[in-house]
Amino acid sequence: MTRDKINGRRLVGLFLLGLLLFNFPLLSLFNRPVLVFGIPLFYLYLFGVWSVMILLMIVISLARSEPSLTDEHG
Amino acid sequence: MLATETVIFVSLCYIGVLFGIAYYGDKRADSGRSIISNPYTYALSLAVYCTAWTFYGSVGRAASAGPSFLTIYLGPTLMMTLGWLVLKKIIRISKIHRITSIADFIGSRYGKSMTLGGVVTMIAVLGIVPYISLQLKAVSTSFSLIHQYPAIQPYSYPSGIRIWSDTTFYVALLLAVFATLFGTRNIEAAERHEGLVAAIALESMVKLVAFLVVGIFITFFIFDGFGDIATQAMAAPELRLLMTLPENAGAFSSWLAHIFLSMMAIVFLPRQFQVMVVENVNETHLTKAIWMFPLYLLAINLFVLPVAFAGLLTFGASHLEADMFVLALPMANQQFLLGLLVFIGGMSAATGMVILETVALSTMICNDLVMPALLHLPFLKPAQRENLSVILLSIRRLSIVLVLLLGYAYYHFAGEYYTLVSIGLVSFAAVAQFAPAMLIGIFWKGGTRTGALLGMTAGFTVWIYTLFLPSLAGAGLIPRDFLVNGPFGISMLRPFELFGLKVFDRITHAVFWSMLANVGCYLAGSLFSRQSVMEHTQAAMFVDIYRYVGRVHDSSVWRGTAYLPDLVLLLERFLGKERTEAALENYAMTHGINREQALTRDSGLVNHIERLLAGAIGSASARVMVASLVKEEPLGLEEVMDILDETRQAILYSHELERTTAELRAANQRLQELDRLKDDFISTVSHELRTPLTAIRSLAEILRDYPETPADRQSEFSGIIISETRRLTRLITQVLDFQKLESGRTRWQITRLDLETVIKDSVNATGQLIAEKNIDMRLHLPAKSHPIKGDRDQLIQALINLISNAVKFCDPQTGRIDIRLEYSADHLTLSVSDNGIGIGEAIRSKFSISSNRWWIRCAAGPPAPAWAWRSLARSSSITTAN
Repeated sequence: MTRDKINGRRLVGLFLLGLLLFNFPLLSLFNRPVLVFGIPLFYLYLFGVWSVMILLMIVISLARSEPSLTDEHG
Repeated sequence: MLATETVIFVSLCYIGVLFGIAYYGDKRADSGRSIISNPYTYALSLAVYCTAWTFYGSVGRAASAGPSFLTIYLGPTLMMTLGWLVLKKIIRISKIHRITSIADFIGSRYGKSMTLGGVVTMIAVLGIVPYISLQLKAVSTSFSLIHQYPAIQPYSYPSGIRIWSDTTFYVALLLAVFATLFGTRNIEAAERHEGLVAAIALESMVKLVAFLVVGIFITFFIFDGFGDIATQAMAAPELRLLMTLPENAGAFSSWLAHIFLSMMAIVFLPRQFQVMVVENVNETHLTKAIWMFPLYLLAINLFVLPVAFAGLLTFGASHLEADMFVLALPMANQQFLLGLLVFIGGMSAATGMVILETVALSTMICNDLVMPALLHLPFLKPAQRENLSVILLSIRRLSIVLVLLLGYAYYHFAGEYYTLVSIGLVSFAAVAQFAPAMLIGIFWKGGTRTGALLGMTAGFTVWIYTLFLPSLAGAGLIPRDFLVNGPFGISMLRPFELFGLKVFDRITHAVFWSMLANVGCYLAGSLFSRQSVMEHTQAAMFVDIYRYVGRVHDSSVWRGTAYLPDLVLLLERFLGKERTEAALENYAMTHGINREQALTRDSGLVNHIERLLAGAIGSASARVMVASLVKEEPLGLEEVMDILDETRQAILYSHELERTTAELRAANQRLQELDRLKDDFISTVSHELRTPLTAIRSLAEILRDYPETPADRQSEFSGIIISETRRLTRLITQVLDFQKLESGRTRWQITRLDLETVIKDSVNATGQLIAEKNIDMRLHLPAKSHPIKGDRDQLIQALINLISNAVKFCDPQTGRIDIRLEYSADHLTLSVSDNGIGIGEAIRSKFSISSNRWWIRCAAGPPAPAWAWRSLARSSSITTAN
């Protein structure tokens, strides 16, 4: 399997994870009017998950950008 | 009124800068040094997604409905993670088929259908009109707010205003001019606008910077950071509500529906398709864009909530629209320059969207709506007109103006009644109607034209009924009674509660019913209709795009012949002389064809020309144009299937044949080899057995016939008989070991022996033979003996073979045989020569090769059969083996 395909699957996995985390019922766990570190919990959660997703996308994309290195071993 | 002039002046300067960038971008593109060919510009151009809706509307939404504004940006983030699966495929398909718009894409997927392209265009235009009016509304509202600086007047749309005295109208015209100038510069073969994209990327930078600056100013300078704003908001009960979603099923479902809508919008909005797919320079840019674009979205949303809270805390219950908080807050704090920056940011958000959207729509209107219609009007005879590219450009320019005027009309009549976001969502719901035909269409070959047509029509009809008509009714254009009691008083058909469905809000309700109708009709239509040949081909080419890469040239179902000059003329009309010449030159170069030859029968060229045309006027129109010139012989489905079947059979059969032939050839070679071995074997055996037998028989005859032979001679003869019999026995054993012998694994009796003795023994054994024929046998042996290692029996056998051959072939009258043994530095030469007819070169060489180091040279040997040489070779090679 090529690196492209592996990363493609990882991204699809990330999509499913995002779909889960950005929706109910998980979302309702954070749907409370309280402040954490001076930020409403609901927003903190959304922006947190959002940032993590972008971070994971960067990690996956970087893994793709050096295929010659990884292909030699795999 | 100093503010008004300043604002207008700065705005004009800004637009001037955009012109400059766009001009520079086009210049660079013409000289082949693209400034947009990098992932960063690509990601920034995708951010044209963030319009005035984002810039002003998000805050308004946050101030009225809390966190739900975020769904519009979470959806695209999710969609980008699917980029590698979905977007890359769409981009690849579009590049290979020279797709120029979403209508072109769908039309092309379903058999280059004109009808479908037209329907998509209609949906797109009608669906996008509210969205464009939203931008106009944002620009004019923000202008009317800032130009009254330092006063902050709640904006109210002057009712009954004349169009001619409405600034919004002039804004719309200005945007139309800009879009026309850069969107329709000339007809490209691949419909790309590098300068425009560069300008869009710059606008994306400007709006992000403007929003971040104003966000930081409001959060950290007016207030004391996030915490301060949040704490103050917690104290106010109505602000507290905005921190969460309401705990009911409707909120959850609308959350999901909005995420779905924005996921679809990021791909299917005409302008998004334009920047993401059509303007994509390099597929690999997607790799970086899939995280940079979501990062951009996150950044531009960071300060939305603080600004919304700050606005609510500052302006409270005044009549100021929350949509304008971003601009009003700096103004309220006497920051005119900051307000100006916000205004420019908002303007860049709006203009970017409007320009690109109208350009994309004009391409669709021209290629998929007007051109096909023109082609069907006989009196226009477009095929015979001299320069069609002028007509094409005029159509596009007119459609840009038309779309903007429609947008203005919607704004004028309905725009004042809705917030920015609610207008935008209506458009999102419209373009989502493309999703089933597109997404299912690129993964499932079974989708048919009928299905796509039914699905989109059904979905769009529901959209009109549940969203578009109500928005007009809300503005009083049609009786409101229609909303409250349903048409003709049928309450089951109330547009917001169709069939009594009440759990959803309006948007979710419309999305649910329209998608249900759309997907349902698409699937049902596909399952109950049949594909034409063209549909079938296109479906396969779209779904299996990665497999067809590089083979598009021979994939079309054309069997046409055309007269080359006709085709060239056609191309020139649309692309102009220079481009046509360059394109054809290129084609001839890559295909190694001499252009001077008339290529009347080359369907590859016809297809190439069709694709070039498709880049300019869309695939459906291109097909009609080319078809009018090409004497096409359409293939029926049956015929194609037959051809396919025959071809497949033929290929299978020829593979089979090739394999069988190879097998047969190998078997034949083996048989020949075996036959030869058998011959060798038989002659070897018979010869080798006969020699000692002859010796035994002649000695025994002597003993019988001459009883008076002296006793010592008799015992000598008996001794020879006995030794020959033993040799015979050993020979037979060896024959039985033939298999081993052939594979060279025979056990040899290697001993130290004296070659001279071996020679004398051999001569003795054949003495009778020699005596009978009166042959003069001479031995030339060296004085000193040289012991060697070897198998005595084999050597004797070999020598006997050679001698008996020499006997057989030497001169019958004066026969003479010389056996010569010579030593040289590193090898022995034993030669048996006779005065017979001589030895063939072939046999000698064969022999020489076999007997490796220990040469036995046969100077004038007889043409002995191969076995003789073989046996000599064998025995000698054994001698040298040690």
